Amino acid sequence: MAYSEKVMDHFSNPRNVGEIENPDGLGEAGNAKCGDIMKIYLKVRDNVIEDVKFKTFGCASAIASSSIATEMIKGKTVDEAWALTNTAVAEALDGLPPVKMHCSVLAEEAIHKAINDYRVKHGMNAAPVREFDHDHAV
Amino acid sequence: MRTVKNVYLDYAATTPVDPEVFEAMSPYFTETFGNPSSIYSFSSRSRAAIEKARGQAAAALNALPEEIFFTGSGTEADNWALKGAVKKLRSRGGHIITAKIEHHAILHTCEYLEKNEGVKVTYLPVDGEGRIRMEDLEAAMTDETILVSVMFANNEIGTIQPVKAIGELCRERGVLFHTDAVQAAALLDIDVRELSIDMMSISAHKMYGPKGVGALYLRKGVKLENFVHGGGQERGRRAGTENIAGIAGMGFAMEQMKARLPREKPRLCALRDRLIDGILKAVPRAKLNGAAKDERLPNNTNFSFIGIEGETLLLDLDAKGIYASSGSACTSGSLDPSHVLMAIGLTHEQAHGSLRMSMGRHTTDEHVDYVLETLPDIVAKRREMSPIWEA
Repeated sequence: MAYSEKVMDHFSNPRNVGEIENPDGLGEAGNAKCGDIMKIYLKVRDNVIEDVKFKTFGCASAIASSSIATEMIKGKTVDEAWALTNTAVAEALDGLPPVKMHCSVLAEEAIHKAINDYRVKHGMNAAPVREFDHDHAV
Repeated sequence: MRTVKNVYLDYAATTPVDPEVFEAMSPYFTETFGNPSSIYSFSSRSRAAIEKARGQAAAALNALPEEIFFTGSGTEADNWALKGAVKKLRSRGGHIITAKIEHHAILHTCEYLEKNEGVKVTYLPVDGEGRIRMEDLEAAMTDETILVSVMFANNEIGTIQPVKAIGELCRERGVLFHTDAVQAAALLDIDVRELSIDMMSISAHKMYGPKGVGALYLRKGVKLENFVHGGGQERGRRAGTENIAGIAGMGFAMEQMKARLPREKPRLCALRDRLIDGILKAVPRAKLNGAAKDERLPNNTNFSFIGIEGETLLLDLDAKGIYASSGSACTSGSLDPSHVLMAIGLTHEQAHGSLRMSMGRHTTDEHVDYVLETLPDIVAKRREMSPIWEA
């Protein structure tokens, strides 16, 4: 399995690892069966993602995808964060092996679920989330 | 900190070629290159090399030289044994019994036979340590059963099967018994006569011999359809110009292995047990997969660390110069974790978080110390970032 230097960097030194107490938004994607579970915690102020943390069970590409995705949405507005796609996550990592693309999908899904959680908690409507079949490769 | 780098703990995957084996192989590339099938005297030296190796391999297994057939790999030997037996005995019956924890060389061959030969296959379940139950085997046997194929010892969890009991039952019932001994032959004393084995697959690269050569032990009198067709090599049973250097290397490697075993086996067992005890003590909620000490290959350890995924462990260990393997989905190239770990009843989390460290000739106490210093911290660090770990 050949990973890019970027993947190995974020895997070896993941950014924003941890939890946020009483998060404004919490999203979880994946399941133990497929071997990847990602949890994203958001702290939102004035519609801006002030802080973001993650906890991930999964392979190197799942951990790297979580790490870089949290970096990409930190300081962004909620709508900007919503616009982050799995392709953008994979590109930011200088690519993922085809069999590992579902790890970037997991990041997109967890962020969307966290944002929806925030929206519902604050009286807004949740938007539809692209749900993926985690038991099969994307 | 001590700087121990390049701690190779994947001997179950492959072993380095012993320098003396390499030496024994070297004349057969550039000097003694004659085709063993040729008539002139020069080629008789190639023939002699092959027959010498056949004798060495036979002696190591208490077989007769004429019962050893060299192949291109252990996988080929497995394919030949199963497909050849079915082709020969199809008119007598169409039922095979094997186990859920077999190597893919057996399982995928069985699936092929189900699909293309209309053979029925029973995949025996195993207990929590990976052993088949004799009563299950007995109950599965029917008048249609022509072949039982159960591996000698498992490649992932090291569990040794009750081979002698299986062999005796098969002999009594008049059913052929094949065993894949690719892992076991490198680490255990095997006497094919005493164990009532009819067919056995072995591979050179697991025992400090070269890759690309294996063998099938075929008990005298057992009839098998040919698998590779062509010239008259291997007494007309396996066609293709012989891999003289590879075969010479395999024979020498088996002789060496046999001679070393009385010292090497207890040495490996001691290293294995120290590693197992050390990990179970140092890592919270670490689980040993596979059988207890006496029924486990001398070099095999396999753990589950709940909360972490195997590939993560392998890469963190790699960064510290430790080379191991895992049964997680991410390392198998599919999204399913190891069928062996699932068959012994592990949860998906446990199977994804598995780590195999298999030892060998160059493993030392210092290596074990280094793993015991390194691994607990890696596990703790990765568990900290895991959403499914609760200390």
